[in-house]
Amino acid sequence: MSKIHVSAVVNGEPIEYLCDPAHTLLDVLRDQLGLTGSKEGCGSGDCGACSVTIDGRLTCACLVLGAEVDGMSIGTIEGLAQGDQLHPLQKKFVEMAALQCGVCTPGVLVAAKALLDRNPDPSETEVRYWLAGNLCRCTGYDKIIRAVLDVAADMKETAR
Amino acid sequence: MDDPATMPRAPLGLPLPHDSATLHVTGEALYVDDLPEPPGLLHAVLALSPEAHAEILALDLDPALTLLGDNGLAVTARDIPGINDVGPMSGPEPILADGIVAYVGQPIAAVAAPELARARAAARAVRATYRRREAVLDIPAAMARAQYVCPPHRMTRGDAAAAIAAAPRRLSGTFAIGGQDHFYLEGQVAMALPQEDGGVRILSSTQHPSEVQKMVARVLGLPEAAVTCEVRRMGGGFGGKETQPAIFAAIAALLARRAGRPVKLRLDRDDDMTITGKRHDFHVRWSAGFDTEGRLHGVEMELAARAGHDADLSPAIVDRAMFHALNCYRAPAVSVAGYACRTNTQSNTAFRGFGGPQGMLAAEEMIDAIARDLAIDPIELRRRNLLVPGDATHYGQRIEHMALPRIFDALLDGVGYASRRAEIDAANDGPGFIRRGLGFAPVMFGISFTATAYNQAGALVHLYTDGSVLLNHGGTEMGQGLYRKVAQVVAAELGVPPGRVRLAATSTDKVPNTSATAASSGSDLNGAAAADACRKIRSRLADFAARAHGGAPDEIVFADGHVRGPSWSFDLATLATQAYRARVQLWDSGFYATPRIHYDRARNTGHPFYYYAFGAALCEAAIDILTGESRILRADLLHDVGRSINPAIDLGQVEGGFIQGLGWLTSEELVFDRDGRLRTHSPATYKIPTARDLPPDFRVRLLEGADNPVATIHRSKAVGEPPLMLANAAWLAIKDACAAAAGTRHVRLDAPATPEAILRACGRLPAR
Repeated sequence: MSKIHVSAVVNGEPIEYLCDPAHTLLDVLRDQLGLTGSKEGCGSGDCGACSVTIDGRLTCACLVLGAEVDGMSIGTIEGLAQGDQLHPLQKKFVEMAALQCGVCTPGVLVAAKALLDRNPDPSETEVRYWLAGNLCRCTGYDKIIRAVLDVAADMKETAR
Repeated sequence: MDDPATMPRAPLGLPLPHDSATLHVTGEALYVDDLPEPPGLLHAVLALSPEAHAEILALDLDPALTLLGDNGLAVTARDIPGINDVGPMSGPEPILADGIVAYVGQPIAAVAAPELARARAAARAVRATYRRREAVLDIPAAMARAQYVCPPHRMTRGDAAAAIAAAPRRLSGTFAIGGQDHFYLEGQVAMALPQEDGGVRILSSTQHPSEVQKMVARVLGLPEAAVTCEVRRMGGGFGGKETQPAIFAAIAALLARRAGRPVKLRLDRDDDMTITGKRHDFHVRWSAGFDTEGRLHGVEMELAARAGHDADLSPAIVDRAMFHALNCYRAPAVSVAGYACRTNTQSNTAFRGFGGPQGMLAAEEMIDAIARDLAIDPIELRRRNLLVPGDATHYGQRIEHMALPRIFDALLDGVGYASRRAEIDAANDGPGFIRRGLGFAPVMFGISFTATAYNQAGALVHLYTDGSVLLNHGGTEMGQGLYRKVAQVVAAELGVPPGRVRLAATSTDKVPNTSATAASSGSDLNGAAAADACRKIRSRLADFAARAHGGAPDEIVFADGHVRGPSWSFDLATLATQAYRARVQLWDSGFYATPRIHYDRARNTGHPFYYYAFGAALCEAAIDILTGESRILRADLLHDVGRSINPAIDLGQVEGGFIQGLGWLTSEELVFDRDGRLRTHSPATYKIPTARDLPPDFRVRLLEGADNPVATIHRSKAVGEPPLMLANAAWLAIKDACAAAAGTRHVRLDAPATPEAILRACGRLPAR
């Protein structure tokens, strides 16, 4: 089967790859680009462990073909920190113990950032509903919700 | 060990982040499937039985082999050079079906190819012809045929039947408790790497590396010393990675050995849920005799579990259900019978609580029914029946410490129980389709493996001459924070900052013959073993320092990265270098075996648990009587973790355990069709709790000032499993709301309390 040439931007870096037409974006990220922070929890778009943004929109990478993102901009967990400088969400998740096994964590963080990008001051209900597409089996979610709300409050404080 | 007055402190008790927290939030933490793929790697896929019970008349691999091409291979049971048995308690329990399939989803063959897609296509092309046998799918069918994976067992104290008959009041009931899929976010995965000397190295997502090592050796016909199993971290375990990983590691190793190439076997979610065992579903029958004050005189209970097609750990799981079948309640005469039913379904296995949750829910159902029968407040009735120090349990263990009266008081202080009860009752009498309820449940969970031999652990601690420390122990990290807690113990023992302690992956070639990281025992066992190693190192260093610099060894202090004598002080690196030059050993192993525990199963006497972990919860639920939907509106939890080594990690276990228990008792339903196929094998149909299901008002506390009265590592308590059972309060709250909706004292609410179960309990759907 002939491969498809794709040019895209991943975490701000222009890249090109040759993609098997059957491979998902998640396959491409993990197996071709070495970006293994996105995880396969279900492969059917139900668990959110492979959450990425495509042109700013939150998406499950397992539901998109690698060939579909030509000309688009992809954001993954690997692009959240600026070098050694963790994103405020990352810092807060560490501080508040909002993680345990860590497999859902990258997807939750990508989703939380996408939420704060569109709504910097979400209510608790908005955070809960937004993150309902990201399954976590360990934490019980409370610390995750608190961490996201805390970051939003900090951002509000800083903006003042 | 551990006189609290002289125990080292810092960094014990600090809420330090998980050891890999930064790697988790950056996505850099590597799980087995994230590791760079070695050259020549083959990807394996399993071919599964579509039949629940059948003879395999013919197995045709040719279509699969054609698809696989020259670089692929396929194996069946006939290709196994050693023994086709990974049974942890009894056997044989095959990794690949040999002649007979016993459940839908049982692996019948394995294929491997350089490309995953090719292997998947080949697995689908494996052809088998079957001659069907009668399939026994559920508990009633197996009970009717007296078909078990081990002989039924009974724990008896006194004459329960006579005590019930003579009691002023009698009540009996029956209900069903559902199973639960582990739904660890990282599915089962193993990579097998053939070694130059005929051995094999296994990278596995397992809670039990020693068992993976042993089973791979058995299947390949190798000595255990030729197999190494390593695990740095798992993406969740919950008991689902105690025995099950051996199956997939052994298949990967078999393929790798035949191919002479590395092989990775990673199950996708649907295969994982279809193949692997789950929490046991139970059918419960109980009968109780009591007085008009509600005090128990006698209890008879029958606990029947769906074990699945082979034993796995089911005998021990049913035993633990029986140990906990009275939870924290006293009764002079008790008879508990346990049945592990053999069915043509997945072989059910360990899951957080290991039978304890089902036994404890049975006790709570019984107590709740008695409270309703006598119209006594359910919390008051529970207080009246609590075990007190000096009592013996129905398995003969003498109660030495009982924290529950204190926990009842502390939990109920300020929660407005009486006023909320009155307000809810009044609202429930009014119009509308929403009914609310309150539920209260205590937890008393026995800590120790009930198989006494497993209560041992080893550790290996290296101090290097620059003062840095490398820690190995037999426990595994699955997200629960064990590595961090043991590292805090080591840092405290050697008096170094926690950042000085580096954690090495758990590996069978470092610490051998380990027990599974299970039974909540991880930090109790491995923390104590690591402390033992540190104390040996410290003692030798103190002797050396006293000789070299003056003072008595026992007046030398290790703290803040320094070693101080009466008139001198060195940083640890300097002293370690001096000691090295003087040829003093700077590393050591440690070992721990839990003291005091023993249990004579035949005579039902002994002291199977070193101690108990306690907790309690109060929940408020609302149900919609038109749709059967439920919500937990508020949950107050109070849990006893002893003197916490790390309160942030312990709190995470309490919160996560409760929510996982809430899923088990409400939304997580395993649905099998009449042919024995599991129809809920992905998150599209199997619903674990989401962020929306967390109670909007969620108040979680650890019991303060609660040093473990027995000498555990720094007086902490095990925390992994017990909080799951706090969710029993949520189920009781929903049941309370159902009783209000039904307008009757008694309702039967099966678990999980799905909308259908709730509507049945309310009398708005016919009983099954």
